[in-house]
Amino acid sequence: MTITLFIPCFIDALFPRAGISMVQLLEGLGHKVVCPPEISCCGQPPFNSGYWDEARPVAAKVLEQLKDAEAVVIGSGSCGAMVKKFYPELFAGKPQEAMAKKVAARTWEFSDFIVTKLGVTDFGAKFPHKITFHDGCHGLRELGIKKSPRALLAKVQGLQLVEMAEAETCCGFGGTFAAKFPMISTAMGDVKCASAAETGAEYIVSNDSSCLMHLQGLLSRQGKPLKTIHLAEVLTQK
Amino acid sequence: MSTFATGFLKQARVMTADLRHRKIIRTALTNYEIVRDKRKGAFQSWESARSAAAETKWEAVNHLDKYLVEFVSKLEARGTKLHWASTGAQASEIILEIVREKNARSVIKSKSMTSEEVHLNDALEKAGLEVVESDLGEFIMQLRDEPPYHIVFPSMHLTRGEIKELFERELGDAPSDSPEELTMVARRALRKKYLTADIGFTGANFAIAETGMISITENEGNARLTAALPKTMVSLLGIEKVLPRLEDLALFLPMLATAGTGQALTCYNTMYGGPRQPGECDGPEEFHVILLDNRRTELLADAEQRDALHCIRCGACLNACPIFRNIGGHTYATTYSGPIGSVITPHLRGLQDWKHLSAASSLCGGCTEVCPVKIDLHHHLLHNRRNAAKEKPALIERSLYLIFGFVANRPALWSLGKKLGRLSQPLHNLVKGSALDPARSWTQTRDLPPLAQESFKDWWKKRNR
Repeated sequence: MTITLFIPCFIDALFPRAGISMVQLLEGLGHKVVCPPEISCCGQPPFNSGYWDEARPVAAKVLEQLKDAEAVVIGSGSCGAMVKKFYPELFAGKPQEAMAKKVAARTWEFSDFIVTKLGVTDFGAKFPHKITFHDGCHGLRELGIKKSPRALLAKVQGLQLVEMAEAETCCGFGGTFAAKFPMISTAMGDVKCASAAETGAEYIVSNDSSCLMHLQGLLSRQGKPLKTIHLAEVLTQK
Repeated sequence: MSTFATGFLKQARVMTADLRHRKIIRTALTNYEIVRDKRKGAFQSWESARSAAAETKWEAVNHLDKYLVEFVSKLEARGTKLHWASTGAQASEIILEIVREKNARSVIKSKSMTSEEVHLNDALEKAGLEVVESDLGEFIMQLRDEPPYHIVFPSMHLTRGEIKELFERELGDAPSDSPEELTMVARRALRKKYLTADIGFTGANFAIAETGMISITENEGNARLTAALPKTMVSLLGIEKVLPRLEDLALFLPMLATAGTGQALTCYNTMYGGPRQPGECDGPEEFHVILLDNRRTELLADAEQRDALHCIRCGACLNACPIFRNIGGHTYATTYSGPIGSVITPHLRGLQDWKHLSAASSLCGGCTEVCPVKIDLHHHLLHNRRNAAKEKPALIERSLYLIFGFVANRPALWSLGKKLGRLSQPLHNLVKGSALDPARSWTQTRDLPPLAQESFKDWWKKRNR
C-alpha cells in the first residue's frame, strides 16, 4: 500500500535518524512511502495553548496534504493524537469537519500501524541492551497505545525490557508547558529519569521524540549515563 | 498575569525544589496506589462501575431541577429547615443567623471542603465563636493555622515528628510520635469539645433525593459525634451532591472509598434524614441543611464542562497528578486543588484570574484515567485555555502563534527558519542559560539538542532527486 508518512517537526529538525528509520522499516516491508513536502507542523503549540483560531490554518494545511492518503502514519503519539483525536474537535462546525474526520479515521501512530494494521512485529533487529520504555501520554491515553511498541521490542534480539515504576507517569514535557512552567516540567522529568535509572537500563526508548528530547536534555545536563533513543531507531539496529 | 498566577509561579518554584516534600508525597501516594489497586480488583469490573457511576451522576446533574426539589421536600417533611445560598457569603450569613438565634458560643465541625470554600471558619471566628475541627487531619491543620493540603488527606505532607512537635507546642501533650498516641492526644482534646459545643456542623458526601437524606462518609467517627451530641446540627452542601436513589449508594459508597483512600468502605457511613423525631432517643433537636450554589449553576449552564459537577471529591485526580505531586496542594491557593480544582476554579472564581491553573498542566490525562465518575478533566483544562485565549488573548503569545502559523504554512520560509537556526547555533551557545538566552526557560535545566546538519526533509529531497 502507499503510506503517507507524516514526520513531526521535532524529528525533521532534531532527530532525522528516527524519521529515516521509519522510512526504511516501512519500505522494507514492501510498501511505498510518500512524505508530503508541505507539512511543517501539526499545529499543537497554538492548539494546546488555547489559540485554536491561530492553530486552524496550520491544521487545515496539513489536512489538505493528507486528504487523499490511503493511510497516514505519524511518527509520534503526540502529533498522532492531534490529527486523529483533536482535528475533528478543532474543525467541529467548520467546512473541513468532514475532511478532518475522514483523515482521522485513516491515521495511525507509527508503532501501532505496524503491529495492529500490518500485523508485523519482527524486523530482525539486534540491540543487545537493557532498556526501559517510556509511554508518551498522548499515545498512551489519547490513542490507547500500550502493547504495540512492546510487541515490537519483544522481537528485538538481545534486548531486555525492564518496566520502570512510573512508566505511565508523564515525563513533564507537555509542549509549551515545558517552557511556561520549566520548574514543574523539570521536577517531573527528574522523577521520570530517577524511575528509569532505578531499572538499571542503559536506554530509555519511546515512540515520542519530544518526550525524549526533554529527558535527554535533563540527563545530559546532569551528566547521567542513561541515554534515550527512538523506537524506530532501535528497530533498524542490526 | 494575575496576582494569583504570580503567586503560583513563585510557590511552584519553591515546592519543586523541595526534595523532602517530593519524597514524602511520593511515598504516601505510592502506598495509596497499592491499596487502591487491590480494592479496585474487588470490583467485578471497575470500568463498568465507572460507567455506571458516571451515568448516575449525569442523570442527577442533568435533572437537578427535579431531584433537588424531591430531596428538599422529603427533608422538610421530617422537620428539617432548608436554606438556599447563592453565594459563599450568604451561606456563612445563614449559619451566623442560626448561631445568633441559638445564642451559640462554640461550633464543632466535621470535615467539609464546602465550608472551606465559603470560608466559614473565618466568618464564625470573626463573630467571636470558638470553632473546632474534629477530623484529625483538619484538627492538625487548624492548629497550624493553614488550609487543608489535600481535599481528602488534609495533612498528608506532614511527618509524625512534625505532628508531635505541633501537639507539644499547641496542646502541651505529646508522649511520642506513634500514630496511636498522637490520635489519643487529639481525642483527649476533642472529646470535651463535642459535649460543650452548641452547634455541630457537617458537610455531606451525597444527598439522596428519593429519601431526603444526606450521607456522610468518614473514618474516625467524629462526624457521628458532631451530628449526635450538639442540640443543633447544620449541614452545608453544594447542589451537585444529589444522587437520585438510595440504592445508588450501593455503588457510590464503595467507589468513593476505593478511589479516595483505597478502602473497601470507609469505617463509618451514616445517613441523616432530619432532626430527632417523636419517640426517638437521640439526635439533634434541630437540623438545618444549606444548599449552596456559589456559581455551580454557571458550570451547569456550560454543556461542554457540565460533567465537572459529577465530582464526588474523592481526590483520585490529585493523587494521580504529577503536577500536584511536585508542587503540592497549597501552591494552587484554591479550596479545590489538583486537576479538578484547575478545571472548576476558573468557573467558580473567574477565568482570567485562575486560567494559569489550566495552563499548568502537561495534559497527560492521568487524572481523567482515574476519575471514578469519568470527568473529562484534562480536556476541560484545554477547553479552559481555549476560552481564556478567546475571551482575552495575550498579545505577545497570540502574535507569536500568528507568525508561527504564517511560517509553518510556507515551506520555503519554514526551511529557511531551520537554516537560520542552524547558523545561529554557535551564537546561542555563547549565551546559553544566561539572561540573554531566548530559550533560557528550557536551557536553565536542560540541554538543547543541536539542529541536525541534514534534516529529514533534506534527506528525503536528496534521496528522491
